[in-house]
Amino acid sequence: MEPVSKTLSATEVAEERERASMYRAYSNYTGGKLVGLIEGIRGLGSLLLITVAVIATKFNTARAVIHPLIRREMVRAGFRLLPMVGFLAFALGMVVIGQTVLLMNRLGSQTYLGMVMVTVVVRELGPILAALLVLARVGTANVVELGTARALGEVEALEALGIDPIHYLIVPRVIGIGVSIFALTIYLILFALLSGYLFAFMEGVPLLPGEYFRQLANALLWQDFVLILLKTMSFGTFIAITTCYEGLAQPLRLEAVSRATTSAVAKCVVGVVLLDAVFIIVYLVI
Amino acid sequence: MEQTDTNGPVLEASAVDVWSAWSHHILITGVDWKVLPGEYWVIGGRHGSGKTDLLMTAAGLQRPAAGSLGIFGREMAQLSETELLAQRRRIGFVFKGGGRMFAELTVAENVALALCYHYNWSAEQARDEVRTALEITELTALAQETAQTIGSDWQQRVGLARALALKPEVMFFDEPASGLEARHRQWWRDFMAQLSSGIPYTGGRRVTIIAATNDFALWHGGNHRYALIKEKRWHVSGERAEYPQIE
Repeated sequence: MEPVSKTLSATEVAEERERASMYRAYSNYTGGKLVGLIEGIRGLGSLLLITVAVIATKFNTARAVIHPLIRREMVRAGFRLLPMVGFLAFALGMVVIGQTVLLMNRLGSQTYLGMVMVTVVVRELGPILAALLVLARVGTANVVELGTARALGEVEALEALGIDPIHYLIVPRVIGIGVSIFALTIYLILFALLSGYLFAFMEGVPLLPGEYFRQLANALLWQDFVLILLKTMSFGTFIAITTCYEGLAQPLRLEAVSRATTSAVAKCVVGVVLLDAVFIIVYLVI
Repeated sequence: MEQTDTNGPVLEASAVDVWSAWSHHILITGVDWKVLPGEYWVIGGRHGSGKTDLLMTAAGLQRPAAGSLGIFGREMAQLSETELLAQRRRIGFVFKGGGRMFAELTVAENVALALCYHYNWSAEQARDEVRTALEITELTALAQETAQTIGSDWQQRVGLARALALKPEVMFFDEPASGLEARHRQWWRDFMAQLSSGIPYTGGRRVTIIAATNDFALWHGGNHRYALIKEKRWHVSGERAEYPQIE
C-alpha cells in the first residue's frame, strides 16, 4: 500500500514557494488594480458632485469671466469640429448607410429602412462618434492643458487670487463639451442620413426622398429625442470630468502629463461605451 | 471689500507642523508665530527647508499637518473652501521663479483676471486699475506680451502686479529676488519697503509683508522681524537687531 503523504524534496519545496509567491503577486496586482479602480470612481464621483454644486451655486457668479470661457469651449469643442463631423458623417453615410440601403433594397425589405436607420445612426452611432471625436480633439487637449497648469503651479496661483479653480477651469469645460457633443450629434445624424440617401440614389435604388424621410419620421419616437439629449450630455459630462480629473486631481510633474493623457483617453472610451450600454438597457426596459 | 481687523493678529500659528504638498512629508515642526498688522517679516531657510510650504500654509493655500492656524482671527480648520477663498482675497501671494504667470493670458489679462472675477468687471471696466498696477510695477510697456515673450525677471513682477490688483492686506513673497539681476533685486527691495510703509495704490495703508529668502543680505538694515527654519525647526530671532545666519 502506498503512503498517503510523502516528504517533499527541496526542489518541490522551492517550486511550491515560487507558486505561492506568484499567486501572492497576482492577488496583490489584482487587489491593487481593484482598489485603484474604486479610488478612481470615488474621485470622479466627488469631482462630478462638486462641479454640479458649483454650477448650481455659481452659474451667474463672475459672469464677465466665466461665460466667455463657456463660449470659448463651445467654439473649440463644437464649432471648430463641424468640418470634421461633416467629413465623418459623409463617410459614414456613404460607407455604412448607403450600402445598408442598397442591401435592404436587394432583399426587398425597404419598409424597415427607417427603423434600421433610427436604431443604428440616431440612437447609437451618432452620439458615440460625436463623443469620441470630441474626446480625441478636445478631451486630450484638456488633460495636457490642465496637467501642465497643475505642474506649473497655476492652480495654486488661481487659489491665491481667491478664484475657485473648479469654477474657472472645470465648469466651462463641462458645459462647453456637453452642449457641443449634443449639437455635433444632431449635425452628424443629419449629414449621415442625407449622404447615405445620396449614395443609395446614385446606386439607382428606387426609393423616393419623400418615402425615405417618411420612414425615418415614422420610426422616430419622442423617447429618441430625450435619449439623444441625455446620452450626449452624459457623454460630454463624463469626458469633461474624466479629462479634468486626470489633469487636475493630483499634483503632476511635467513628465507625467503624457501618461495622464493616455490614461484619460482609455478611461473615457471605456466609460462612454459602458454608459451607452446602460442607456440601451434603460431604453429597452422603458 | 471686507474690513481689516486692525487690532488682532493677521496670522497666528500654534504648534503648527508644515508638510510638503508633493510628498506629504513633514518639513517643519512646532511653528509658533504671531504676525501683527503692518509687520515686515523675513523668513530664512536653506533650499528645500520648507519655506514655500510654510508660506502656502500660512496663506491658506494648503492645510497644516498639525496644530492651530488662524487667519484674520479665524481658525483655518473651521473655514469652508468658500470662506477660505473669500479670505484669500485679503492676501496676496507672489510665487518664486517667474510668479506662475498664466501662460495663455497677456500681462494685462493676468493682472485683470482677479478684478474681473471678483467684481464681475469687463476688461474695459478693469482697465484703469490694471493700468495703475502696471505703472507702479513698471510693466506698462509689456502689457500685451505673454509669458513666452518676456523674461522671468519681468514675469516675477507680473506675479506682483497680479497679487496687488486686489489691494491685499497681507502680502507673501516667496524668494522674490532669487535669481534676478542686481537692478531687479534692488527694485524689489525698494518696492517692498515702500509697500510696507504704505503706497497710494493701496490707499496709503501699510501692507503686512512676509518674505521668504535663502539670503538675508538683501534685507539687512530694514525695520524687519526675522525667523529662521533650521533642521525642521522654527526659530523666531527676535526683533530687528538680531541677524540670524542661514547656514
